[in-house]
Amino acid sequence: MIAIIDYGVGNLFSLKCSLSAAGADAIVTGDPEIIRSADKLILPGVGAFGDAAALLRRDGLDKLVIEEAHRGKPLLGICLGMQLLFDYSTEYGRHGGLGLIPGCVRPVRDYIPEGYKIPHIGWNALRFPEGQPVSPLFRYIREGDCVYFVHSFCGVECGENVIALAEYGTLLTAAAAKGSVYGVQFHPEKSGGVGLRILKAFCEEGEIC
Amino acid sequence: MITKRIIPCLDVKDGRVVKGVNFLGLADVSSPVKLARFYSNCGADELVFYDITASAEGRALFTDILTEVASTIFIPLTVGGGINTLEDFDRVLKCGADKVSVNSGALRDPSLIAGAAKKYGDQCVVLSVDAKRVDGQFRVFAKGGRLDTGLDALEWIQSGVANGAGEIVLNSIDTDGVKNGFDMEMLEAVCSVVDVPIIASGGAGCAEHFKTLFHSLPKVDAGLAASIFHFGEVSIPALKRELSEDGIPMRCEEARYVQD
Repeated sequence: MIAIIDYGVGNLFSLKCSLSAAGADAIVTGDPEIIRSADKLILPGVGAFGDAAALLRRDGLDKLVIEEAHRGKPLLGICLGMQLLFDYSTEYGRHGGLGLIPGCVRPVRDYIPEGYKIPHIGWNALRFPEGQPVSPLFRYIREGDCVYFVHSFCGVECGENVIALAEYGTLLTAAAAKGSVYGVQFHPEKSGGVGLRILKAFCEEGEIC
Repeated sequence: MITKRIIPCLDVKDGRVVKGVNFLGLADVSSPVKLARFYSNCGADELVFYDITASAEGRALFTDILTEVASTIFIPLTVGGGINTLEDFDRVLKCGADKVSVNSGALRDPSLIAGAAKKYGDQCVVLSVDAKRVDGQFRVFAKGGRLDTGLDALEWIQSGVANGAGEIVLNSIDTDGVKNGFDMEMLEAVCSVVDVPIIASGGAGCAEHFKTLFHSLPKVDAGLAASIFHFGEVSIPALKRELSEDGIPMRCEEARYVQD
């Protein structure tokens, strides 16, 4: 069973439905017991980093997620949920993240040339970093497949933890991973068949090699 | 690079998809859920649903349909029609809409745009404008294109973006239903005054019109159409392939990953 962590941000209806379509048994929950007993966790998120981090901390779910991830439970952060996995963000002041993937979160504006619109919104192609094996998260898709992005901040200084990039005047971090902790900046639940295949790969994480 | 989007629009009345020609003469096309699935599998990059029902029963039916679409179709969904208050935003977002399009509601209460942008983010608020040439000016029309508001379309769009509209759908009443191509002059005028994504609507009759649109106006992000897709006059996979071969960035892989 996959627990979609509900900490009061955003609508999780599409995400839950997309996981069902990917063949997973998913539950939307904020209950620590259910989160502990789940096989895998998904950390969603929309809105501002500081607000989301505070909500996660308010319920003590930050410590629980870190604990479960350290025990090796597969975790997938989506959009702001991905950004929360990094060390910190500079969105409206400096806010600490969960520190599960090295890196930090900064405005896309600081990295792209003039003339590119903010937010980075729409379908963009995934590129895999050269010289490293393709992440298991992408085993059912191909390089160049498009996914759907909506964001104004992005993960940077992620080093070798970057597993996918997207070209937008510069190369933005589209996905990052450390061990069985994954983060995707795009919305797999809104990325059609490609997104479902990414979710399916995550759902099978640890089950096949 | 962000791809250009091809967007079929589904006008829904009493649970069925309809399409007007010049906003008149409604003809039944198909079931919204089936059509949505068909388009998603064809590689449509987004779907727009307009609720053109007036009755409370029709509205309830629309939200049921929307919920069903959102639970089976996993591409961005924009919903419009009958959006007059923040409660309306809430109602359709809860059903799984990603973006909400406002038109007459914003004309009646311009503060709706700012209120919604503050609550749900700019990216969620789409300002849809029906415009027509009157006395040498692009004029905003309300009530499905029947009422001249007297407002200048360019000024109205600029103020909408200033208030937080994250995207513009520009529907030219002059070219709508005529299938002679998009209203390039009107679109160019809008492109020159705002910096948010612009969706062109009204007038597409063949693939060539989309080519002209994206080549001539690089600031236009998407082309929207209804009847030419509904009646199969233009096939979305063939259109996207043709545009892609013509050097326009397109998302073309969806055919490989068709949902069962």
